[in-house]
Amino acid sequence: MTDTYANFVNQGFGKSVAGQLGLPRPARLRRFERGQDLVAGPVAVGAVRPGPVTESIRATLAAASAEVVTAEADATYSAKLGAVIVDATTARTIDDLEVVRGILAPAVKALGKSGRVVVLGADPAGAESVEGAAVQQSLEGLTRSIGKELRAGGTANLLRLDEDAQRDPSVLAGPLRFFASSRSAYVSGQPLTINGATLAADTDPEQPFAGQVAVVTGAARGIGADIARVFARGGAHVVVVDIPAAGQPLSEVANEIGGTALQLDITSAEAGTRIAEVVARRADKLDVIVHNAGITRDKLFVNTDAERWSSVLDVNLRAELAINQTLLDDSLAGGLRDGGRIVGVASISGIGGNRGQANYAASKAGVIGAVRHEGVHLRARGITVNAVAPGFIETAMTSKIPLATREVGRRLNSLIQGGLPIDVGEAIAFLAEPGSAGVTGQVLRVCGQSQLGA
Amino acid sequence: MSSTSPRDVVVLGGNRTPFARSGGKYLAASNQDLLTAALDGLVARYALQGERIGEVAAGAVIKHSRDFNLTREAVLGSHLAATTPAYDIQQACGTGLEAAILTSNKIALGQIDSAIAGGADTTSDAPLALNDDLRRALMKANYAKTPQQRLAALATVRPSQLVPEQPANSEPRTGLSMGDHMAITAKEWGITREAQDELTVRSHQGLAASYDRGFQDDLVTSYLGLSRDQNLRPDSSVEKLAKLKPVFGKGEGATMTAGNSTPLTDGASAVLLGSREWADSKGLQPLARFVDAETAAVDYVSGAEGLLMAPAYAIARLLERNNLTLQDFDFYEIHEAFASTVLCTLAAFESEEFCRDRLGLDGALGSIDRDRLNVNGSSLAAGHPFAATGGRIVASLAKALHEKGSGRGLISVCAAGGQGVVAILEATK
Repeated sequence: MTDTYANFVNQGFGKSVAGQLGLPRPARLRRFERGQDLVAGPVAVGAVRPGPVTESIRATLAAASAEVVTAEADATYSAKLGAVIVDATTARTIDDLEVVRGILAPAVKALGKSGRVVVLGADPAGAESVEGAAVQQSLEGLTRSIGKELRAGGTANLLRLDEDAQRDPSVLAGPLRFFASSRSAYVSGQPLTINGATLAADTDPEQPFAGQVAVVTGAARGIGADIARVFARGGAHVVVVDIPAAGQPLSEVANEIGGTALQLDITSAEAGTRIAEVVARRADKLDVIVHNAGITRDKLFVNTDAERWSSVLDVNLRAELAINQTLLDDSLAGGLRDGGRIVGVASISGIGGNRGQANYAASKAGVIGAVRHEGVHLRARGITVNAVAPGFIETAMTSKIPLATREVGRRLNSLIQGGLPIDVGEAIAFLAEPGSAGVTGQVLRVCGQSQLGA
Repeated sequence: MSSTSPRDVVVLGGNRTPFARSGGKYLAASNQDLLTAALDGLVARYALQGERIGEVAAGAVIKHSRDFNLTREAVLGSHLAATTPAYDIQQACGTGLEAAILTSNKIALGQIDSAIAGGADTTSDAPLALNDDLRRALMKANYAKTPQQRLAALATVRPSQLVPEQPANSEPRTGLSMGDHMAITAKEWGITREAQDELTVRSHQGLAASYDRGFQDDLVTSYLGLSRDQNLRPDSSVEKLAKLKPVFGKGEGATMTAGNSTPLTDGASAVLLGSREWADSKGLQPLARFVDAETAAVDYVSGAEGLLMAPAYAIARLLERNNLTLQDFDFYEIHEAFASTVLCTLAAFESEEFCRDRLGLDGALGSIDRDRLNVNGSSLAAGHPFAATGGRIVASLAKALHEKGSGRGLISVCAAGGQGVVAILEATK
């Protein structure tokens, strides 16, 4: 569970050895703490052409009491920056890209530890000219490259706003807060599209889930337990679900966070109704369901028999679809409300494939397919459906991977370290927040910009 | 007396640890550990963290002197509010059911709105008492005023006194073990080995099936690596049981084996009870109504009645008070201390002579539909940590009634000292 190498090169003797040998030194990432400032330093905000999106950026930062400075070409910064945010939604020409470069370069150079680069772009598919489409796509290559160059825990991400979101950029506030903050510690090099959407009334960023009920499957340990903790921290009553055999750790999680333990085999036919019954004890409707439960039965594809195949598909994919179908029934007490949230857990293995994991990768790719489909179909009900795709996360499961393979998994990413379960929890909670109404049908990787499946 | 309560009392749910064979997985767990685990599982299931419950009543039959305030200590170690009052009770194997009766009565009277009734027992962590002679010598040395007196007191200690008193599973007044008592009764009633083995197999199959269909999912919380009862043998068969040698009773007619007798077991259980108003305020759905209960005792010392026959007397009185016949039930939960206990009780109900001469009735109470008896398995399969059994049965029966959506259930638990504790639950509307 512990990254011995990172501990070694970050203190005392190990630090000096690493310095002399030029060994990579994984930074200690800034992570959420109660009462923490949104960003660790002033935020430089720039724009190709200032507009409503730029104003929205400034307003979001002002609401979070962050210090804002103007990012310009050839600017010099007196303090280490916490973040640089550039509004490139209006970039249409190759010359506009030079403006972006001019603004970003000195600010990126001035970034402090765990600094944030957030580039705002438009959807290339909506461009009016070939040059416009090319330029908007350029922003992705640019952001991903910056992500790979950043040191000391820095991340770079691209937020694409569709036309509705550019017209009414209030929907940007939630995603911007996430990507500027320490909650996105292990998310880098990712593009995320934000659609126009109607936001619920103002919610408290500290307690985004106040009064809500959230269900988290596979919550007895590891990533699931941390997901549950993040929802509880945000004010939700969390129904934690796991198989009966995991009852003891599951009840410990429930008691720690003041939630409800539900022992349930999610592949059983009545799983959806049992979940709804427990939710109905607390509220008329369910606000959030997080499908985190999953299993692996690794074996080379040619040696994977029907049993190994189906057990993984049944738990990781079939159960999720069946439970959603039940909970989406409008008339069901304790079912998902309009405006509710569905978040799945995919995997970078489901994007890039993985040797010996054909069944697992198929199931996780299936989750991605399901999210894209449901995201479109449930927009009318205001329900968003998204997934996260974790990369190498330090868990009891990954600690059992042989050392060499584990080290490769840990280091082959821009942050040269594994993520923590809490990083996945933070990303899932972000997607489930009221402020993420404009994000649907998407997969957010929590992988430190892993090379795998890139 | 009327059987209608001043206020309805409802069973809202339950929780227990899986039951472990003595000397098994719970070797390192104390009664307090087990009871705390059962409470915490219940707290997690119904989100009772930080709640002040009206009261928690529980107990243990085999108890260390340090456990003088066992239930309160378990409450303090749990996630319930520290302001939840608690007390210990003890009525041998009837402890858990008696705890439910006591707390239900308080709810019915409006003295409390909610309660948790439970029990824990571990024979793996049984208290070993010092040999009485050694204890006296040590006490004398403790009170000695001079070193000489102390030496003199200690000098009386003999190596033989270092062997501790073994906790005995026997009746103090007869010196017979419970099994030996039951063997006498079984012989009197002519209970066959085959009938006992058949009942045992049905218990194992019933419990195994209930686990398989998820019935136990919200009744049991795994503990210390055990997620099902350790004594459960889904593949139990009459053929396999026939191979076992009798362990109770003597000679040719001995029929009771380790298979058709419930072994010593470790575990704990807890049941959540409340008024309907309290249940509503928590959004909890009542599973069953706690209707009425009765206890009885028999004179087993003189040999006038079998040690474990008291439930028959209690049931007769309970039926009369509630204007019910023995056949008015959809489920019967007769605690399987031994398979022969259940069969003797059923035989007694069917006997004109017994019902007339001993229970003072006009005729036999009659037979019951065996398909309604211990349908989800009982003590033979689950094991029987004495004080934990009542909680297991109450929660399981309440859930069975809720599943069925109608009807009534009868609980019968026999207890050491010639006692019987019985109760009626009915499905809530």
